[in-house]
This record gives sequence, structure tokens and C-alpha cells, in this order.
Amino acid sequence: MRKVTAIFVLAIFGFYMLSVFLTIPFGEKRDNVGQHYLANTVKETGAVNTVTSIVVSYRGFDTLGEVTVLFLAATGLGAILFDKKGKKRRLQHASLIVRVGAHLLYPLIVLLGAYVFVHGHLTPGGGFQGGAIIATGVLLMFMSYRSFETSHKALIYIESLAGIVFVLAGFSGLIWGQSFLQNVLPLGEPGRLLSAGIIPIIYIAVGFKVGAELTGLLDNLLKTIK
Amino acid sequence: MIMIYILAVIIIVAAIFSVKQKDLLLAVIGTSAISVILSIFYYLLQAPDVALTEAAIGVALSTIIFVIAIKKTERYEE
Amino acid sequence: MVYYITAILLILIGMYAILTKKNIIKIVIGLSIVDSGVNLLLISIGYIKNGTAPIFSVEGLTPDKMVDPIPQALVLTAIVIGLGVTAVALSLVIRLYDHHKTLNINKIRKLKW
Repeated sequence: MRKVTAIFVLAIFGFYMLSVFLTIPFGEKRDNVGQHYLANTVKETGAVNTVTSIVVSYRGFDTLGEVTVLFLAATGLGAILFDKKGKKRRLQHASLIVRVGAHLLYPLIVLLGAYVFVHGHLTPGGGFQGGAIIATGVLLMFMSYRSFETSHKALIYIESLAGIVFVLAGFSGLIWGQSFLQNVLPLGEPGRLLSAGIIPIIYIAVGFKVGAELTGLLDNLLKTIK
Repeated sequence: MIMIYILAVIIIVAAIFSVKQKDLLLAVIGTSAISVILSIFYYLLQAPDVALTEAAIGVALSTIIFVIAIKKTERYEE
Repeated sequence: MVYYITAILLILIGMYAILTKKNIIKIVIGLSIVDSGVNLLLISIGYIKNGTAPIFSVEGLTPDKMVDPIPQALVLTAIVIGLGVTAVALSLVIRLYDHHKTLNINKIRKLKW
């Protein structure tokens, strides 16, 4: 009885959604705010990647909110799974091929992640992607070696300092400019590494913060396995 | 052009497999297969930033969190 | 047009899993499938035929034939927040199993821990 009702309600819902979305033509050119951002992004912000300049410069306040939500999620997970006795991880040693391969691949993966978030304003990439790649590299080392540890205090310090750097960069726009998160450094010429004012500084801080957060989250989860 | 139709059929088949399966570990592998083919779709729609994000977060991190949760509870449904 | 139909079918399959299944981990898997469907729907609205990616990598590119950059910036945020929601939901599932020793939602009836 429950399945029949669910299928009936979902069929009505799907029919109305399809009939609305078939009136939006697929692949036509529309005049909206996106055209204004595409025409003015190299002059006003100096970044070559349009999506980066929207996420950090035109809508930078929403990125601050997203970083806060990710911080709350990682802290909430650590608080729910808190155990007073403090068990240690007791996974098994992996086989020889996995150990040697992980030893060779780990510095290359961390280097790729750092490249992705430093060149965020020139190529596709940015802070969130680079942080996720670094967390994947550390997870590979967790699964191969039994005695690989990361110190808890270092992760907490890196995360807090990176968050403070983001907010201070916003306040520097308030002190020397006109509004929060405004560009106050010189723009430089587009296409070089040291250009686009305040955007590389913010993305490097976000990359460190997301990498440290996701590593701490995985460490909390793996520590509870007996 | 015909490649887009084949990939769309593979996504729908993987989603139905992952909902109807009773072994929870196979259901999680179906979810990560959806994320891989979705990352190809984002590249074909000319969005490279979103393809990188979906490949890094949806495939690696979401799957490992599900597998750890299954190990601490039961593996088979009912 | 194929993209719209695929995205709406993904949303419907995910919602069927949330409404009908009795195992909690199946419900969280359905939530993750709904997230993927909604993100595909948002990006396929901003596509222009024969367009290129919105990056001015070479000197002579004009912004006439580039796809819309705003849905890509919104979906970037949405993917990361979907991961956060999944992680917190699964940690609650682990705590529930420690206390009630079952994953069936018809047997978890008491509201007190």
C-alpha cells in the first residue's frame, strides 16, 4: 500500500516538473548578469578564470559562509563520536605492493594538490579541489601503514590560522578601501602568477583550511574502528 | 552524440541497482559509479571546475565515509 | 534535452528510496542520489550550443561564445555542503546503532536516548 501511494505521488510530481522544464529551450543564448561578469572580469579583478573571480571577489561573502558550514560539520562529527577512553586505530598492515606504491605516490599527490590551489586564478581549480586532493593523499597513507600518525594539535592550529587569515583579508578591505573583502592590492597584468590582488591569498588560506579539516574528519572516523 | 545516450542509460541503471540491492556494500559502489559518470557529463557541458570538484569529493571521500559506517553496523539489509 | 530527463529521473529515484525503504543507511544513500540529480539539473540550464569554457586562457578569446559562469559557481558550493550533510548524518546513524542495536526505523520508537 505504501509503495503504490509513493509511486503515484512521484508520478504526478515528475509530470509537472517535466512540463515546466520542457518550456526552457536547451542551449539558447540568454541575456542576464552572467554576460556582464564575462565582459568585465579581466578589467575589474585581473583574474583570468571567471568562476574563481565570481566565487572569491563578486560573491566572496557566500564563500565565507560555506567555509563556516564545513567547519561546523567537521566539529559536529568530532563531538558526536567522542569517546572518553580514546581507543587507537588497529587496522592491519597492507601487503608489500600497496606499501611501496603508497610510499612513492604520497609526495606526488600532495604536490598536485598544492599546484591546484596555488594556480586557482589561471587554470581550472581552486581551494576546495586542492584541499580534497590533499585529504585523499593522506587517506592513502592511513590505509597502508599501521603506524602513520598525524598530530592533532598541528591540524587544529593550521585550521584556525587559515580561517583567521581569511577574515583579516576581508577586514583589510574595510580599513583601506570602502567595503568588506574589497581588492586593495595592485592588480598586475593578467596571466601571471602574482596578479589579481587579494584572490591568491584567500584561495591559499581556503586550501589549507579545507585540507586540514577533511584530514581531521577522516582521522576521527578511522580512530573508532576496533 | 550517441555516447551521451549510452552514458545516460548507464547512470539510470546504476541508480536503480543501488536502490534495489540488499547488500549495502554493493549499493555504495553503485553510488560512486554515478559520481564518476556525472563527472564526465560535467566535462561535456564545458564546466571544468565542477568536474574536478565532483571527481575529488564524490568518488573518494563520500565512498570511504559510507564504508566506515557500514563496517560499524550491519552489512545486509534486514 | 537528454540532460533534463536524466536529472529529473535521478531526483525521482532518490525520493522513492527516501519514502519507501526501512533501513536507515538506504535512506542516506537516497539523499546522496537526490543531491547529484539537482546539481546536474542546475548546470545543464546554463549551457549554450557550441560554447567554450569561461576561461580567457589565450589572448584572442571573446566573451561572445562562452557558457554561463553563474550556475557553475553555485554548484561548486552545493557539492561541498552535500558532503558535509552526508558525514553528519552517518555519524548519527553510528550513534543510534550503538544504543538500539538495530537499523530498522519501525523498531526505533522511543524519543529519549
